[in-house]
Amino acid sequence: MIIAVASGKGGTGKTTIATGLALSLSDVGITVSLMDCDVEAPNAHLFLQPSIDQHAPVNVQIPEVNANLCSGSGRCAEVCEFHAIVTLGGKTLVFPELCHGCGSCTLVCPEQAITEIPNQVGVLEAGMTGGGIHFSRGVLDVGEPMAVPVITQLKNWNNGNNVDLIIRDSPPGTSCPVVASISGTDYVFLVTEPTPFGLHDLRLAFELTEELGIPAGVIINRDGIGDTKIDEFCLENEIPILMRIPFERKISEGIARGKSLVEINPEYVKEFQSVFDQIHQMVNSKKVRT
Amino acid sequence: MKQLVILSGKGGTGKTSVTAAFGYLAALDGNQIRVILVDADVDASNLELVLEPEKLEKHEFAGGKVAEIDQELCINCGDCKQICRFDAIHEVDLSYEIDTFACDGCGACVYQCPTNAIHMNPQMAGYWYWSNTPYGPLFHAALRPGQENSGKLVTMVKQQARLLALDEGYQLVLVDGPPGIGCPVISAVSGADLALIVVEPTVAGVHDMQRVLETTDHFNVPAAVCINKADIFPEESTEIESFCRDNGIQVLGRIPFDPMVTESMVQGKTVTFYQPNAPSSQALKKIWSRIVEMLEDDA
Repeated sequence: MIIAVASGKGGTGKTTIATGLALSLSDVGITVSLMDCDVEAPNAHLFLQPSIDQHAPVNVQIPEVNANLCSGSGRCAEVCEFHAIVTLGGKTLVFPELCHGCGSCTLVCPEQAITEIPNQVGVLEAGMTGGGIHFSRGVLDVGEPMAVPVITQLKNWNNGNNVDLIIRDSPPGTSCPVVASISGTDYVFLVTEPTPFGLHDLRLAFELTEELGIPAGVIINRDGIGDTKIDEFCLENEIPILMRIPFERKISEGIARGKSLVEINPEYVKEFQSVFDQIHQMVNSKKVRT
Repeated sequence: MKQLVILSGKGGTGKTSVTAAFGYLAALDGNQIRVILVDADVDASNLELVLEPEKLEKHEFAGGKVAEIDQELCINCGDCKQICRFDAIHEVDLSYEIDTFACDGCGACVYQCPTNAIHMNPQMAGYWYWSNTPYGPLFHAALRPGQENSGKLVTMVKQQARLLALDEGYQLVLVDGPPGIGCPVISAVSGADLALIVVEPTVAGVHDMQRVLETTDHFNVPAAVCINKADIFPEESTEIESFCRDNGIQVLGRIPFDPMVTESMVQGKTVTFYQPNAPSSQALKKIWSRIVEMLEDDA
């Protein structure tokens, strides 16, 4: 089973929930792989402290133009949707940071003057934690614009060999990096906070899960700090509220210091286990029916 | 005319709350600094929720394109699926279909198709707005969930703000930035005179602050820092101040954790307006003065 932890709004507690869930399940012999898909600002490693022993570069195939063969036809520039290759005065220039690696220019060049070379945009890392949780993450290189190739390659890289559960800790927002992180999962946890910002972004994130056809449930973190509109929204839209974590200053202070939620408040372990059981049953019964 | 962008790396550190607070303080200054506000967090845009905007103009934003297969012309050869690098073409019941979310809009399939059965459709990816608020103009946007090209939309709203600023003599474009360090952040930070990093004193916050400082450095944008909820881990706040000092980055102040920030948000207001004597408001006032000094010194 694969569960994504997403939110819409940043800083609601996705990593807190993802790592809390991983730690609670490994406690009862469920094999877990936590995949940190927030490749721009990955944090899960700070709480799980894995020993990283596997690395791989993330490369996007970008065009390299052989100036001797190039006739300046400009056909490459015509087909490039991203303005990553342009022809000026008979010379062809490539802008690697704009290139999506689609290969169109290479295919259409009438002189076959283009070959593809790897351009590194990030790295992948994996290892195990002391408690037996498999961990992997992607890290986007500073200055590189596109998170999606890193996330896509991370998903296809190292899933921990048939673990019972893969948890994808997703980035904030609702645009393409989030789509890449949550697509292909069986269920999405939407972590929110009971404030106007939390609600506004939860609506968008929920809409995204509906468009992708993935069932979702809400986890309300810092419950009590704002209002009850999240509850009303969930009721109106029949979204299950899986868990509530009331605001406690000691939780904020513990997380600030790098402690996991379940280390700060061990009573959440049973809650995570019970949420997992619930979702596991629901997802399996769906699979049997289809 | 200057541009100040508020960033963080980590989500949820208080960028929007700080931006709105500054927007009010700038307006209070009696028009000494006329500010245009921009919400560059286009896929989760929250600044409007505390600024009571009145929408003046709404514009469609065309994002990228998505492929569509004309099944009448398709001969089911599968060449398109073979060429697609984004896993966006699937075989479904002996015919081929496009996964519109996965489709990158590159058009490679169009050129491969032997029967010209594929064409690209432009996507209506969202809207951008020009609004009026009690504190000045606001440019903001709403990217439809799941869309790409957030960087392009950020560039659009910033450009619009800049044009108005130049036309009507505004001194400052104040940009509420997105989290992360990828393309929307790069678009937000491009051309900025100063980036203010709002950091929380947490292990995750500091880790991401370092990534975003590397990013502003990479793009040659000067940066300063302010520490939000500084009292939840005061020793880390001190560490942040040391780190910044060692790296020639000014720390403009500490803002204490203050439930009044959330309370004012729930009321749809910014804290500096709603409760000017709140501890966070006092801290924000001091930080805003230091920013004004920095921007004036620079001029």
